[in-house]
Amino acid sequence: MNIQVTVNGKTHEKDVEPRQLLVHFLRDDLGLTGTKIGCDTSQCGACVVNMDGVTVKSCTCLAVQADGSEITTIEGVSPKGELDPVQQAFWNNHGLQCGYCTAGMIITTVELLKNNPSPSAEEVRDGLKGNMCRCTGYHNIVKAVLAAAEAKRS
Amino acid sequence: MTTRIFGSGIRRREDPRLITGAATYTDDVKLPGMAYAAMLRSPHAHAKITSIDTSAAAVAPGVVAVYTGADTDGVLSPIPCAWIPPDSDVKAVAHPALAKDVVRYQGDAVAVVVAENRYQAEDALELINVNYEILKAVISPEAAMQPGAPQLHEDAPNNQAFHWVAEGGDTDAAFASADVIVKDTIIHQRLIPNAIEPRSAVANYTPAMQELTLWSTSQNPHIVRFLASLVTGIAEHKIRVIATEVGGGFGSKIAMYADEMIASFCSMQLGRPVKWTATRSEGYQATIHGRDHVEYVEMAATKDGKITAVRTKVYAGMGAYLSTAGPGIPTILHGLMYCGPYDIGATKADIYGVFNNATPVDAYRGAGRPEATFLVERLVDLLAVELGTDPAELRRKNLIPKFEDGHDVASGLTYDSGDYEPVLDMVLNHVDYQALRQEQAHSREHGHYMGIGVTCYTEICGLGPSQVAGAVGFGGGLWESAIVRFHPTGKVHVFVGVSPHGQGEETTFAQVISDELGVDVDDVAVIHGDTSNTPMGWGTYGSRTTVVGAGAMALAARKVKEKARLLAAHLLEAAEADVEYEDGKFFVKGSPDQSKSIQEIATMANVAWNMPEGMEPGLEASAFYDPPNFVFPFGAHVAVVDVDPDNGHIEIRRYVAVDDCGPQINPMIVEGQVHGGVVQGAGQVLWEGVIYDENGQLLTGSMTDYAVPRAHMVPNIETLSTETRSPHNPLGVKGVGETGTIGSTATIYNAVMDALRPLGITGIDMPLTPEKVWRAIRQQQGS
Repeated sequence: MNIQVTVNGKTHEKDVEPRQLLVHFLRDDLGLTGTKIGCDTSQCGACVVNMDGVTVKSCTCLAVQADGSEITTIEGVSPKGELDPVQQAFWNNHGLQCGYCTAGMIITTVELLKNNPSPSAEEVRDGLKGNMCRCTGYHNIVKAVLAAAEAKRS
Repeated sequence: MTTRIFGSGIRRREDPRLITGAATYTDDVKLPGMAYAAMLRSPHAHAKITSIDTSAAAVAPGVVAVYTGADTDGVLSPIPCAWIPPDSDVKAVAHPALAKDVVRYQGDAVAVVVAENRYQAEDALELINVNYEILKAVISPEAAMQPGAPQLHEDAPNNQAFHWVAEGGDTDAAFASADVIVKDTIIHQRLIPNAIEPRSAVANYTPAMQELTLWSTSQNPHIVRFLASLVTGIAEHKIRVIATEVGGGFGSKIAMYADEMIASFCSMQLGRPVKWTATRSEGYQATIHGRDHVEYVEMAATKDGKITAVRTKVYAGMGAYLSTAGPGIPTILHGLMYCGPYDIGATKADIYGVFNNATPVDAYRGAGRPEATFLVERLVDLLAVELGTDPAELRRKNLIPKFEDGHDVASGLTYDSGDYEPVLDMVLNHVDYQALRQEQAHSREHGHYMGIGVTCYTEICGLGPSQVAGAVGFGGGLWESAIVRFHPTGKVHVFVGVSPHGQGEETTFAQVISDELGVDVDDVAVIHGDTSNTPMGWGTYGSRTTVVGAGAMALAARKVKEKARLLAAHLLEAAEADVEYEDGKFFVKGSPDQSKSIQEIATMANVAWNMPEGMEPGLEASAFYDPPNFVFPFGAHVAVVDVDPDNGHIEIRRYVAVDDCGPQINPMIVEGQVHGGVVQGAGQVLWEGVIYDENGQLLTGSMTDYAVPRAHMVPNIETLSTETRSPHNPLGVKGVGETGTIGSTATIYNAVMDALRPLGITGIDMPLTPEKVWRAIRQQQGS
């Protein structure tokens, strides 16, 4: 099937198998390997991308379902050479260790803060429960998200 | 005054590539002409293979090749176990890469399909027809040793993989003369490590050169190269293993796995690159599990609370085959650690390694030491209850007094340094322990179940002296090496054999070199993870990377600095003895304006226009560091929990960790290690656990069924520290990668049991899920 998808501001027209997963389309067809696959079952959130303004687990979405949509992956969160306040806050606060869950965490956080610019720590933890991290124990991720919220507000 | 960056919590230099999606993990590697492999795994835990028909799969769309055990047999040597503890009758049974006659756990690979893309490879798996004759399976390690149990291997009667006994002091005498004996039965359930990056391999064999390049999700690429040469028959110098970006390991990426060798085999057969990446469910079956102990444990003490002995009988599940380091975990890393931080005169570990029809068991964060700490700390709490004394004070009474340069314990180990009482004081003061106990007494009067867990631990890490490694049957060395190289512009490259995978050593190692050589930290780059450009290394595990790897690096830097000093003396036309160093500058004693910066020296050494007679050009050095002993970090942790008796839900209200890992290169990174480790311990106590049914079917087969802690389930972790130097390594450092897990597992469990004590509950098997806790409470209440 032919699909047209705008990813990080660039429009792609591609012929894809109807069964191809969006995450494979992004990683294998477009070479955007910043989006990761962690569990194949929508549990871990490593594959989260933003599709038309909402976060989507791209391992559980078909590429054809993305036809006509606008997608932001980790590669498009900020202009080249710059960092989004969320990326900056993850760096400043040691909100990552191995980095494998980080793309999903950052994409999720961007949306979380759009919907709730001043979250409490509890709201942050609740908002991130679809994203697993095995390294950080979440402590510094929560700290990073709260710092990003403050940076975005000021 | 020299400014040191050692000790500064600077941001990690790894992060910019990780927060922008620019890093390259193994599954991100795409090579021209690459094909994709998918494994057919046994759906049965124990069965004979009576026939395999791959003919339909072989002609399926896109399929390049299908291989079975008949193809790999005789080409790939069995996957080796590399840790064979001596005097323990280890049955190192053959572990074929692809099972040929018998499958022994659900997930045992029986065939591989290589196709043009991963979808076609997965499709073709469905077309392979395997006939099995199903055999009875056994899962519990204790049941596996009982008469009549299904037998996994002909040459391992009663499924006994090994029997290892270690006794220090006279435990029988101590128990015979004890005033008090407390006992417990502990089941350390199987755990799945759950690195968020699944295992993956890209094998690229070039027939023209007869060389294999293997991208591998490994914690120890040099060990993979070493073992891959044994398995594939390709000479070690013709193999390059690359593991530069690895998405977490927690021990699960130490082992040499069959899958990476099968991918290599496919590439060798086809002469084109082959990628294999595990799905999560596949990883749950085919990536090592941790723990799996059934333990009978007991402690002897005097009536005034002096602990005199600890002894155990442990059945340690090994899974269907011995994994790379499997037998070393419940023995050396467990059975020698029963003294903990306490002055205990006698310990005895009686450990049976047992084959069971389950995924092989190997190192998972803490690896043997959480189990040791858990049983000691559990017994101390039971002793406190028995004696009617405060558990914190009972611990204090038994702590080994401060020592700075070696203390022999009953098991035969010599702890390097320790000062245990201050960490206990610090954690108790920080939480205001007395106030917590008062609050608990008050809340109990109102029917609330609040619990306080206090744990003291010491652990063994920084593995370790190579001579000891040899003596305990470890099939390799445990030293490290590093190369420090100045470039003509005064910038520095450091090449290390260790292979971090999320711990941030690109940053912390640069901090060390910055101080050692007086160069800006940003002028240092640390290279790791690729066997083609790094010196030999034995890997990142056992909290050894900073202790041993940075030790080697510091020694190399000191050699570089000494050569620079000699060259400076030549350039300054001064006697070598008169040249001094401060802050990156060499100067003539008494004339600080007559100086040369280390960068100027580096330039001259590289152009070599004016060298002293006999001095080689260049400014670099390599060093090998073999530590004289292990290191023994220690700490005291407190957890405060609330248990809801109506639904069994446990809330960790507060968690405080005081850890002493010696001088901290980067406190921010140290805290991060503790945070993650504590939550993994919490995971074991409260939620995680592998469940097999009686036929050996893995019921917790995906992240939907296996409860990895999520953000909303855990609290913030409060971290504090003291600093006790190790007397024996170049930087005085101790490891911190596993302390969180080693401390927290016992602490949280003890806190919950403390909460439930008024109900008369003394033990519930982990994980303490709400259902189990609720049932235990109901049972006690008789309703």
